[in-house]
Amino acid sequence: MTAQALLLIIVFGPLAGALIAGLFGSRLGALASQAVTTGLLVLSAVLSWVVFAQWTWGGLEPFTLTLAPFIHVGEFISNWSIRLDGLSAVMLVVVTTVSALVHVYSWGYMAEDPSRPRFFAYLSLFTFAMLALVTAADFMQLFFGWEGVGLASYLLIGFWHHKDSANAAAIKAFVVNRVGDFGFALGIMTVFWMFGSIQFADVFSHIDEIAGSKWRFIGYDWSAVDLACGLLFIGAMGKSAQFFLHTWLPDAMEGPTPVSALIHAATMVTAGVYMVCLLSPLFEVAPVARDIVTVIGAVTALFAATVGLAQNDIKRVIAYSTCSQLGYMFFAAGVGAYQAAMFHLFTHAFFKALLFLGAGSVIHGMHHEQDMRRMGGLWRYLPVTYAVMTIGTLAITGFGIPGLHLGLSGFYSKDTIIEAAWAAANTHGGVAAFAFLVSLMAAGLTAFYSWRLAFMTFHGTPKWAGEGAHGHDDPAHAHDDHAHDDHGHGHGAHTPHESPVSMLGPIVILSLGALAAGYVFVDKFVGEGRDAFWRGAIVNGPANKVLEHAHHAPTWVLWAPLVVSAIGFATAWYVYIANEGMGARLAARKGPVWSLLYNKWFFDELYQATFVRGARLLGDLFWKVGDQKIIDGLGPDGVSAVSYALGRRTGQLQTGYLYHYAFVMLLGVAGLLTFALWAWRA
Amino acid sequence: MTGILSLITFAPALGAALLLALRAGRPASVGGDGTARWIALVTSLVTLGLCVLLMMRFDAANPGFQFVEDIPWFAGIHYRMGVDGISILFVFLTAFLTPICIAASWTSVDQRVTSYMVAFLLLETLVIGVFCALDLVLFYTFFEFGLAPMFLIIGIWGGKRRVYAAFKFFLYTLLGSVLMLAAVLAMIGASGTSSIPDLMAFRFEPWMQTWLWLAFFASFAVKMPMWPVHTWLPDAHVEAPTAGSVILAGILLKMGGYGFLRFSLPMFPDASQAFAPLVFALSAIAIIYTSLVAFRQTDIKKLIAYSSVAHMGFVTMGIFSFNAIGVQGAIFQMLSHGVISGALFLCVGVVYDRMHTREIAFYGGLVKRMPVFAAVFLLFTMGNVGLPGTSGFVGEIMTLTGVYFSSTWTAVAASTGVILSAVYALSLYRRVVLGEMTNPALAEITDMNLREMLIFAPLVIATLWLGFQPGLIFNVTASSVDGLLDAFRTAVGH
Repeated sequence: MTAQALLLIIVFGPLAGALIAGLFGSRLGALASQAVTTGLLVLSAVLSWVVFAQWTWGGLEPFTLTLAPFIHVGEFISNWSIRLDGLSAVMLVVVTTVSALVHVYSWGYMAEDPSRPRFFAYLSLFTFAMLALVTAADFMQLFFGWEGVGLASYLLIGFWHHKDSANAAAIKAFVVNRVGDFGFALGIMTVFWMFGSIQFADVFSHIDEIAGSKWRFIGYDWSAVDLACGLLFIGAMGKSAQFFLHTWLPDAMEGPTPVSALIHAATMVTAGVYMVCLLSPLFEVAPVARDIVTVIGAVTALFAATVGLAQNDIKRVIAYSTCSQLGYMFFAAGVGAYQAAMFHLFTHAFFKALLFLGAGSVIHGMHHEQDMRRMGGLWRYLPVTYAVMTIGTLAITGFGIPGLHLGLSGFYSKDTIIEAAWAAANTHGGVAAFAFLVSLMAAGLTAFYSWRLAFMTFHGTPKWAGEGAHGHDDPAHAHDDHAHDDHGHGHGAHTPHESPVSMLGPIVILSLGALAAGYVFVDKFVGEGRDAFWRGAIVNGPANKVLEHAHHAPTWVLWAPLVVSAIGFATAWYVYIANEGMGARLAARKGPVWSLLYNKWFFDELYQATFVRGARLLGDLFWKVGDQKIIDGLGPDGVSAVSYALGRRTGQLQTGYLYHYAFVMLLGVAGLLTFALWAWRA
Repeated sequence: MTGILSLITFAPALGAALLLALRAGRPASVGGDGTARWIALVTSLVTLGLCVLLMMRFDAANPGFQFVEDIPWFAGIHYRMGVDGISILFVFLTAFLTPICIAASWTSVDQRVTSYMVAFLLLETLVIGVFCALDLVLFYTFFEFGLAPMFLIIGIWGGKRRVYAAFKFFLYTLLGSVLMLAAVLAMIGASGTSSIPDLMAFRFEPWMQTWLWLAFFASFAVKMPMWPVHTWLPDAHVEAPTAGSVILAGILLKMGGYGFLRFSLPMFPDASQAFAPLVFALSAIAIIYTSLVAFRQTDIKKLIAYSSVAHMGFVTMGIFSFNAIGVQGAIFQMLSHGVISGALFLCVGVVYDRMHTREIAFYGGLVKRMPVFAAVFLLFTMGNVGLPGTSGFVGEIMTLTGVYFSSTWTAVAASTGVILSAVYALSLYRRVVLGEMTNPALAEITDMNLREMLIFAPLVIATLWLGFQPGLIFNVTASSVDGLLDAFRTAVGH
């Protein structure tokens, strides 16, 4: 089969599955719905790897398959299409692989849920929207996929719709993403009027004419491409949960854990990174916008890592970790190392999905306990989960030996980013230097919170029910941390148990990726083979030599990440193993630093007090004062008062009166008209 | 095909006459409701069939008026009918929604059924007449008389405060009408013709354009409705029966937007350009202000009514962007809103018919007992939010893109609507459909029945089909809009 035909199956297979399970799931039954959606997804994943292999080793040329027109008005031309190039080839395998594994995993994880057809339909629908996003050839389809994955995310976060916390989290995710999309939409409009097209290919081919020019927007003259990129980046900030627009992601953990792994770790949240890399030709001539990307990314990487230090909910720790790793990807792109950003996106998909699904296995084994303070010593009961989680932890902390160029997947991608930041700092200084500094600090923090998670969960003394005391030091915030996956079990004194094969299989496969994806693909993504691999999908301007320079980073830069990670590991070991209970004691003191971190820098409180309250107050003001007092009161006051008086009286009488009024009205109109005609004749 | 427009326009009136004739033969209190319903439904379906025929014969490449009928009437006024790419789709929308309204009233209206059906069919005739009329006086006649059946539908079959609402509706719109009437007279006086095509070619003096524009604006702004003359709409919707709301939101509001396109832009181009900033300001205010008000509503219908005002803000700013993207987007938005808001009001009707309350707080957790309803309501909620893949998205993004070219400030302000619509629409959905079902009164509530599903099916299809293939509409409107804008640009000297 041609690559074109394969792509059609890859993209529309998940849609077919979603439609079948969504529309007929209740009649087909859960098993058939699961089989259809999972089968199509596995097929889609296998074919994606075929296409990816053809791309990587077979010399497949980039192409765009135009399927049907979408919006055609004047120059505003958008088509439904499938674009294949280096970027979309990478995203295809990431999306379909993780999605297929999550589908399989959900057979076990969701086994007791009565709404399985709906769940699998949503998962497949998400996958289709994500594939539409990554294969778009113009901004409209990109936006379609962008909001489509947002819809799927909303539906899946609120999957257990009887839970108020889940519904609140779902709305929060949608609305915060809409804040990003507000900027994204304005960015698309700016691009359209600036370039006269919303086709990527057209836009990229006209950059030389626009670069350096000014653009008038809300009363100011802006550097044209910087403005466009800046607005589009707001969209990326929303989707990828970057600083200021990050608040929805931790709450999104209300969704079932497989959803967290697929959407809120491996794929959807990386869409913002993908967008920036896709638009590298634009960002290359937008230095200010790139600096913004760098700063926001670096701040997020550090901020999220600090919050991750103090969380007790196993999923929330991983959520903040995701947020932080996305920050890495962004500042990598910001300093010009788009390839490194995509590489980290690629490896992160494997080890972060692994960590989430592993956490799901723990939660499953612990009968829906998510509070790490009530875990401990689980390695004995969940040996496979323990093993793969350890691989995931090593991968995310970027463990590897720089001298040997050998390590787990995160080692290759994260260290490339750190080296790129160093190279950019070396040549440009400024924000890149900040990013480099942050990248090392965050690497240390990453090691600490990742090992903290591993130690609190798998090591130390068991603290679950029936095995000693509850580490329940903070009842005031307990509800926050009790966002359990809620499907049926209460928690009693069960012994933790290992998960079924349907759950362990996908995790083990992901652990292979976490182990080897870096080693296998480092040359293709960021090494000597990168130009042959990306084949023009990522553009580096003539002045952008950041990856070349990164490869010549001095020894101390190569070893620094390992050193800070070791410090992080040692600290975690000291606090949670050597002096077990020290973490709980530190938390119990509720010091200012701990409070700040535990309460996520008080962003939720801040937004609640300003935006949410503000919207309510303004809404009430406009309604009760604006509409009722001013407009209704002053505007049609006389007539309104009269009619109200009439209305109150006639309301008690027969409605036959209305006929009279209507009749009078018609007479009046007819009379006026007659007079008018007469006047005109005369 | 000459005469088909008159046939389409007056077919519903013929059905109404038949209903009245049948009723005349027997006392009003004796049965016959079922017959009345069927006659009304068949009449509206025949009208729809004729409209399908009309669409098939319509030449989309021709920017001018087609199927023109021209019969001298009296006093120099002609009975002149015709449609172009702008008006034909509104005719179709009217014919599309009327059978849905009649079917939706099948069981919920059980008082004075014959009168109700007569009112609906007459309303259809008058509204189609508005969109087909090519003579100013004929247009005005349809435009004003179209109020009467709606006034009666609200006043007789409405809720508790129906009289208040009907009067508010009537007074607001009459206010605009009187000014418009004066303008009509002045126009005929100055130009010596009442033919709309001739008036489109006629150049009024700039000072006169200003006054005429303002007079028409008064009428159209009330109809849309634009901020700050919108306060009649929530009351009218709350008191109107379900089908009345569908027609009100789906079609009557569109008469204002259509009026801007048919009169303000082509006949008063200089004034339109001069007043564009005013329209932008009012549109942007409408979007932000009414979205926030919608967020705070406790009545489902009021919330949707306020959201209608916000959505009409996109229409007005799109029209006055004076470029093809904005204007086509505005037409699309009107048609899309006709389908989506109509469907949302029907969704309210589904639960209102069962529980007889529209209090949001009364509901909650409906998804448990009404999964089909939950899915349908979700689709139209997403349409209202402007999710890509639904028709709601296309209208919003096109009008925003169009207005960006004219005023980036307006585009930025109006774009906040995409955030605010998500806030109010999703919180409504959450409070009504999601969560635990805590109200014991809901325990036995039933899901949508077959009749209701059949009513929603065409609306679901239209929302998605137009969402993925908006070309269905753009292909029809393109050449007429281009013609309109070419003439506009020539007139204002660009």
